[in-house]
Formats: sequence, C-alpha cells, structure tokens
Amino acid sequence: MKLGKRWSAPFIIMIIAGTVIPICSIVYYGFTSRKGGFTLSNITAMAEPEHLEALGLALLLALISTLVCLILAFPMAMILRESKYGKQGFMVFVFILPMWMNFLLRTMAWQVLLERNGVINSVLGAIGLPKQQLMNTPGAVVLGMVYDFLPFMILPIYNVVSKIDNHLIEAAYDLGADKAYVYRKVIIPLSVPGIVSGITMVFIPGLTTFVISNMLGGGKINLIGNIIEQEFTVNSNWYLGSGLSLVMMIFIIISMLLLAKFDKTGESSFI
Amino acid sequence: MKKAFSSIYMVIMMLFLYLPIVTLVVLSFNESKSMAKFTRFSLKWYEEMLGSRMIMSAIKNTFTIAILAALIATIIGTLAVIGLDAMTVRSQNILLGFNNIPMLNADIVTGIALMLSFLLFGVSLGYKTILFSHITFCIPYVILSVRPRMNKYTDTLFEAALDLGASRGYAFRKIIMPELWPGITSGFLLSFTMSVDDFIITHFTRGAGINTISTLIYSQVKVGIRPSLFALSTVIFAVALIVLLVVNILPGRRAKRAALEV
Repeated sequence: MKLGKRWSAPFIIMIIAGTVIPICSIVYYGFTSRKGGFTLSNITAMAEPEHLEALGLALLLALISTLVCLILAFPMAMILRESKYGKQGFMVFVFILPMWMNFLLRTMAWQVLLERNGVINSVLGAIGLPKQQLMNTPGAVVLGMVYDFLPFMILPIYNVVSKIDNHLIEAAYDLGADKAYVYRKVIIPLSVPGIVSGITMVFIPGLTTFVISNMLGGGKINLIGNIIEQEFTVNSNWYLGSGLSLVMMIFIIISMLLLAKFDKTGESSFI
Repeated sequence: MKKAFSSIYMVIMMLFLYLPIVTLVVLSFNESKSMAKFTRFSLKWYEEMLGSRMIMSAIKNTFTIAILAALIATIIGTLAVIGLDAMTVRSQNILLGFNNIPMLNADIVTGIALMLSFLLFGVSLGYKTILFSHITFCIPYVILSVRPRMNKYTDTLFEAALDLGASRGYAFRKIIMPELWPGITSGFLLSFTMSVDDFIITHFTRGAGINTISTLIYSQVKVGIRPSLFALSTVIFAVALIVLLVVNILPGRRAKRAALEV
C-alpha cells in the first residue's frame, strides 16, 4: 500500500536501539577481558567445573520439567477437546486464570507450602508423620517449574488438538485401527506443531531460570541462570556474565533448531 | 469408566493448579503470621498492604509502565505494519527477523543485553530504562497481532477510496483503521499483560530504588515473606478473575473464542 515506508521509521529506530545495539553490547562484553583487551576466556569459562555443573543441572531439570509438563498436558488437552462445547470454554478459562497471576507470587505460594514450618509439613505433623525436607531440593525446583509453565504446554497442544477433524479419527476407527494405533498414526502426528511450541515455551524458560531455583532452591541449587545473574548483581563481573550468556544463547539456538526440524509446518500455534 | 478417569484427572489437575493460590488467599485472612496455623479471621494484612508506601508505589509503577509501554508499542507497531507493507518482501523479512529476536531470546539474555547497552551509553537505570525495555519487548507482539489484518483487500479498498475522492487522511481513518482495529486492541492487551507480568527484564534494567510488583515480591521473599504479600496476591487474583470473567461472559461466544486465541 502506498502510504510509504517512512511509517516504519520509529520501528526501525527501536530495532536498532532496542535489539541490535544491546546484542552488540553483550557480544562486546563477552569477548573483552576485565583489563579491556580481546579475550576468549569469558567464553571458555563455561568449561570450568562449577559452571559446567550448573549448566548440566539446568539442562537436566529443564528436561525433566518439560517431560512432566508434556505427560500431564497431553491427556489434559485431549480431555478438554472431548468435553461438551459450553463446558470447554469454561475449562480453558480455568487453565488460563492462574497464568494471569504474577509468576513470582505463584512460586512464593509453593515456598509457603513446602517450607520447614509450612503447610504440607504441618499437615504431615497433624497425622503423625515426621517433617520432611521439601524446600531447597532439586525436586522443589522441578515442581516450581512444572507449576509455573504447565499452562504454556496445555494451551498450544489444546489449540492444535481441538482443530483435529473428528472425521479423520472416525475414519481410522472404521478402517479397523485400534485406539493406540489411532493415537500413533493420527492424533499425535497432527498435534506435533502444538507439542513443539509447548516444549519451546517450557524448556527455554526452564533452562534459563534463576528465579525459581533461587526461591525454591534457597541458594543451594545453582543453575546456569543463577551463576549468570550473580555475575551481574553480586560479583559485578559483566564480562564473565556476558560470556556465559553467549554460550547459553548457543544452547537456546540449538534446541530451537532441533525443534524446528520436527515442526515442518513452521507455524507457531501458541499466538 | 473412561468418563470417570477424565473427571478424576481433571479434578487432580485443578487441585494442583489452585491449591497453592487458595492457600495464599486463606493465609491472607489469618491473624497470626504463621504459615501453618489459621488462628483468627483478620483484615490486618490488607491494612498493612494499603499502608505500605513501598507496595503502593510498586503497584503504581507497574501499571503506569504497562499502560505507557503498551500504548507506545501499539503505536510504533501499527505504524510499522503500515510501513512494512510498502517495502519489498526481502526488506520485510529482514526487519521481521530482527523483530522476532526479543520474542525468541531468553528473557535473561534480553535483560542483560539491554542493561549493558544502557550502561555503555551512560544512561542511568530507572523508570525510563524499564519503560524503554518494555516497549522493546512489546512491539513484536503488536506486530504479530496487527500484521495478519493487513492484506491485499485493504490495499484495494484504500485505493478505491482515494479514487472516489477521499483524502489520504480520511481514507486512512475510514478504511485502514477499522480493518486493523481488532489486531490493534489485541496487540495492546497482549502488551499490557506481558508488561505487568514481566520480572526478569525489569530486574536487570531497573536500577536501585524503583520497584514494580514483581521486583518488590522478589526482594521481599529474599528477606522473609510478610503476610501483606498474601493480601496482595489475593487482590491480584481477584482482579484477574473479574477481568477474565467480564471478558469471557459479557460479550458471549465470539469474545470467548478471541480470548482463547490469545
């Protein structure tokens, strides 16, 4: 349309100031030593045992949380799909509502439940069971991730699954397929785009989180996100923090490329 | 059998999602500070919340930033969609590629990158840097929701209006705006919620002495949770509930479907 390219000028300025310059800054800091010369040591610092361990733990916990979310979300999406029409809207509403609450408050709620003198332990005490150490464990961090990110897995899968034509499923049954076969050959292949965007929306925030591990891990669970955050807020070593962030970015890009392979339709079904 | 399984599964998931929230709501009315025993009903934590200047200024910052960021991002994003339309496919793709970066990147990297560039250019961190960062990460969502509304049809109608003697401004108001409007409103609402919900990017770009609700909670939880935060949670939950109910029930099915798409 012939209104003119210059309407995009503020947008282009924002891309330069808000995206290009910041990325150049982080790359600049990542390759600069504290004394000011060029160095690779901030990048190779990822290979130090302490950092490697944090990266490994982050990958592991994010992977577990993603799997748990997927296992919980898929049946949920199928149930939502099959529920009666009017009820469907209400059920989806029920799953959207917690997403609207600040995720720090949701994480704090688990802290209240899991704490040594918290709700779960006092319930255990009331029925005569010993107190459990629930907080500050990797399990608590996984629980927090699953709780915070579960709706981001349910919604994209539901969006795809709800659009599957019922006739396809009926046709498969008519042609003699059993239930497992229908899932394997019809329903799951058709829900791949939703599963892929669900995995992206859970795995990447899980891999890079420092909030959940800080609040539910009590400083004892150090993920790569915590290390990077501390380099900026506690140690003021921006150079090292930037270098580690760049390495983490590579992991994000790799996981996205891997996921893109599965999603051949290329459409993001979440938004 | 199958039905029973579905219902049980549904109930368990609902308990999982809502039990923590219900706990906070119950504890917000608890007179004692204990997180385990409910002693007596009391509203004192609500009074403490209303009396706390820190909480009140955090609420004010959160909402003024969200409204300003969503408004500015919506204007820049909408103008961008109109301008993009006049460009070659190649330059459109390049710009949209850059546009996707903040959306795909991890928040922690976006936040750090913004903070470093502010400091490199000697901009001191504060309200303005938070606002700028929020505008940056909201624009992609606006473009994503407005761009699909722009199509060949819009072009043809616009040109037809010009042929029929409309001025460019008139044709813009009467043809393009109504066509883009649903995308503009959903882009604005999406930006607003993203901004209110953001913690990580705000955390890195805020500087000392200024808090939004998110950063306030984070710093409070580190020192020790006060029940006034439970009161705050209850208020936020109630507002979300009311807003979503109004959006879902009042305008009927069509709006319901729209809310699902978001």
